[in-house]
Amino acid sequence: MSETTIETPTKKKKSGGRPSTLRLLLNNTLATAGLVVLAFVFVVALAAPLLPLVNPDVTEPANRLQPLFADGHLLGTDALGRDILSRLIWGTRVSLAVGVSATLIAAFIGSLIGLVAGYAGGRTDNLLMRGIDMIMAFPYILLALAIVAALGPGLLNALYAIAVVNIPFFARNIRGITVGLSRREFVDAARLSGKSNASILFGEILPNVLPVIIITMSTTIGWMILETAGLSFLGLGAQPPQADLGSMLGDGRKILFTAPHVSIIPGVMIFILVMSINLLGDGVRDVLDPRLKSGALARPVMRTAVMRDQVPDIAPQEDATLDMQGLKTEFHVGSDVYKAVGGVDLKVRQGECLGLVGESGSGKSVTAMSIMGLVPTPPGRIVGGAALLEGEDLFSKSDEEIRLLRGLAVSHVFQDPLSTLHPLFTIGDQLVEAIRAHQVISHKDAMARAEELLKTVRIPNPAERLKVYPHELSGGMRQRVCIAMALANDVKLIIADEPTTALDVTVQAQVLSLLNKLRQERNVGILFITHDFGVVSTMCDRIAVMYGGKIVETGTTEEILSSPAHPYTEKLIACVPVLGEPDRRLDAIEGRPPVVNALPDGCAFAERCPYAKDDCRKGDLALTDLGEGRTVRCLYPVSGDKAKQGECDV
Amino acid sequence: MGAYVAKRLLAAIPVLFGLSIIVFVIMALIPGDPALAILGSFATPENVAKLNQDLGLDKPMVQQYFIWLGNMLQGDFGRSYTLNRPVIDEVLERFSATLILAGPALVLCSIFGLLAGVISAVKQYSWADKGLTFTVLIGISMPSFWLGLLLIFSFAVKWRLFPPSGMYAIYGGGDLPDLIHHLTLPAITLAVVATGVIARLTRTSMLEVLRQDYIRTARAKGIKERRVIYVHAFKAAMVSVIPVIGIQAGFVLGGAVYIETVFQWPGIGSMLVKAISTRDLLLVQGGVLVVAAAYVLFNLLVDVIQSILDPRLR
Repeated sequence: MSETTIETPTKKKKSGGRPSTLRLLLNNTLATAGLVVLAFVFVVALAAPLLPLVNPDVTEPANRLQPLFADGHLLGTDALGRDILSRLIWGTRVSLAVGVSATLIAAFIGSLIGLVAGYAGGRTDNLLMRGIDMIMAFPYILLALAIVAALGPGLLNALYAIAVVNIPFFARNIRGITVGLSRREFVDAARLSGKSNASILFGEILPNVLPVIIITMSTTIGWMILETAGLSFLGLGAQPPQADLGSMLGDGRKILFTAPHVSIIPGVMIFILVMSINLLGDGVRDVLDPRLKSGALARPVMRTAVMRDQVPDIAPQEDATLDMQGLKTEFHVGSDVYKAVGGVDLKVRQGECLGLVGESGSGKSVTAMSIMGLVPTPPGRIVGGAALLEGEDLFSKSDEEIRLLRGLAVSHVFQDPLSTLHPLFTIGDQLVEAIRAHQVISHKDAMARAEELLKTVRIPNPAERLKVYPHELSGGMRQRVCIAMALANDVKLIIADEPTTALDVTVQAQVLSLLNKLRQERNVGILFITHDFGVVSTMCDRIAVMYGGKIVETGTTEEILSSPAHPYTEKLIACVPVLGEPDRRLDAIEGRPPVVNALPDGCAFAERCPYAKDDCRKGDLALTDLGEGRTVRCLYPVSGDKAKQGECDV
Repeated sequence: MGAYVAKRLLAAIPVLFGLSIIVFVIMALIPGDPALAILGSFATPENVAKLNQDLGLDKPMVQQYFIWLGNMLQGDFGRSYTLNRPVIDEVLERFSATLILAGPALVLCSIFGLLAGVISAVKQYSWADKGLTFTVLIGISMPSFWLGLLLIFSFAVKWRLFPPSGMYAIYGGGDLPDLIHHLTLPAITLAVVATGVIARLTRTSMLEVLRQDYIRTARAKGIKERRVIYVHAFKAAMVSVIPVIGIQAGFVLGGAVYIETVFQWPGIGSMLVKAISTRDLLLVQGGVLVVAAAYVLFNLLVDVIQSILDPRLR
């Protein structure tokens, strides 16, 4: 490990993050407004000694309680005849100074505790964090009160008290991040290179933790200004003649009925200050917290948006359960358009299993999820093509019609059964719900039906299993439950999106043979999505291979496995280990799948294809018919024999 | 379930223990001679020495702590020198008044916070969402003591709809309608900030949950979208909202310090403020301990509710 590798993570952040951060922040109108107001208040407060203001502490009993806009006193005077405007600006100065100092103290001590606890781990971590928990066990302001009670009222003591009670927020946030970072490679590398713990902590980890410290500061500083003002309001902070906004408010309270402006004005100032800080803080958090970037938190609606320029006219075919033609699905993120699916045709006949095969990112899942509108919108949208279910175009149907078909005519089995089952409902409840969504049936009968379903998928003790929660089952059992759920009604098509990828190999085989058996018994069509040719060979009648959002080859399973025509298919098959052939070399396909917002001209696979020629990179390639239901999208299809001979190195 | 509750109860013991240590240490931080502080600057040295002995302050710290803790556990919190009555009596009386104020405030902020958060999430990016999000931001940026003053000025002084202060009317009051009449303004004031915090969190966690795989599964089953949102998503979102309601209980109890002062509510908050300014430290110590202990027990209750909701925690 050299120095350069160690430095990369920190450097990347600096060069990549900085310029765009401010720009992103300024794109947010509210945050900009907050920034402008806050900057104005700061400048005025800092310039207070230079401004032509009356001395804030000079009393003038003859001029007491002047109203707003009085002569020489723009905001009037208080009970002792002091100029409110002058006191307001000087008070803001004090409040800001106290709030900012308290934040810095809390951030410094809290971050230090968090860094040390997270980095040291073990007993140090335990001891420090238990102490932090103790502080957090107090109702926030109560602990501050106890500290002020012990130290005695006064602005400085209030500052300390507020800083102390805010330490836990920093300690906990920073510790969480530090624990994660301490296990990263660049920290190991620094350790191996002989750096001291202190220099790793402050040289390597701190720069990466800084954004979190800033986020925490921006979310707590407004709060701290409020709380110090509060203590002063109660008479426990600033003591006369010194005044901050809180104590001004507290003084004015006594004459609220006769001269409300004396207390209302400092309150408005606190409010403006805190509001602008919060607006800015929210903006900063949105920019620095990657989770919230690019509308990642946008709520997906119930069905994928369909925005087709024209509705293709397709003649319904007798034997097809599903007939999809020219499907185009895109993701619109900001100004980028990701063409995940670029014109896909698929056909699943009654009782047939069609395997849709490809690497991650080839668009196979998006194709499958488009059928019943389960691609999240935003950002997804279907922009072209049609999907005919028994002759009727699904994309032309209303949301309610689609809802009624989901689970009744077409059901889904998803990849990870732990995340796809609701963690807070029992298996029984979830099965009953699937049944009663489409059948008018009593809860009791539905329960009996659910038990039968569990029996169908060969789950032992079905009656007891109805009462358990998903996390109490093994992965294989959970996936059986998902299959049972897919069979809850008399479906015609099951869309299985990598249903065995998350399972152990032995469990995989059981689940596959179960699906196969059910398909034959019930004559259900299956659209089976996978990246695994081993699985394909045991399950599927026909195969469609996808690459870069397009189908590159179709045919029967035997034909494709024995003589793949597309170089990509050939490569995929070569990656599957075969029992009894220990000499076979297993190679990953070199390179990566294309990025779908910048698809190349011509064949998308040309970049990685060993046989690619110049004309492969021009124009749109058509799917050519090889006869007997076989098609391939390639100018130079390979003869089928090479793959069998185990020639899979490039 | 019973085992879980027992486990949580046991886990609360060291926390309560820690609380008492922190309070003890803070009280030991008091600069100068406590006996001198109690007796005033004109005390004779003999009196100071005697009081030190009476208070056990001549013993080592650790021993002092255990004597102190022993007294606490027997309900002996000492005597308030300003009120000349046992601290525990005063504290319990005042704390019940605080609960009458804080309880309804917590209920209010939970109801309105959840409501606003769910509406915001379901109608994401609509005018309702923008309006609510902005209102919530105003709510959490406002000093609650100032909001209290504004409400008193408008609703009590100008329009005379509610009494400006106190818990009961001095003449002829004392019944429930009278209490509710007095409670309305302070409870609303106290609830505002917490409502905002809960609303924000509910919105975020609803949005986060609605992107989960099990929501897609629910939709794939063909159940009604209303059920997807208000049963599936809401229940899952509550898992992260409920602990925050527990934390907000602490902010509501703390915020009561301001609100009780503004509305002259005879609760523990206004008692503490007065006790601090009169340096009645035994009263401060007793008040802080009782409220903190109650808060720990309340969070225990929140944990139990949480485990009922989320079977993975049991």
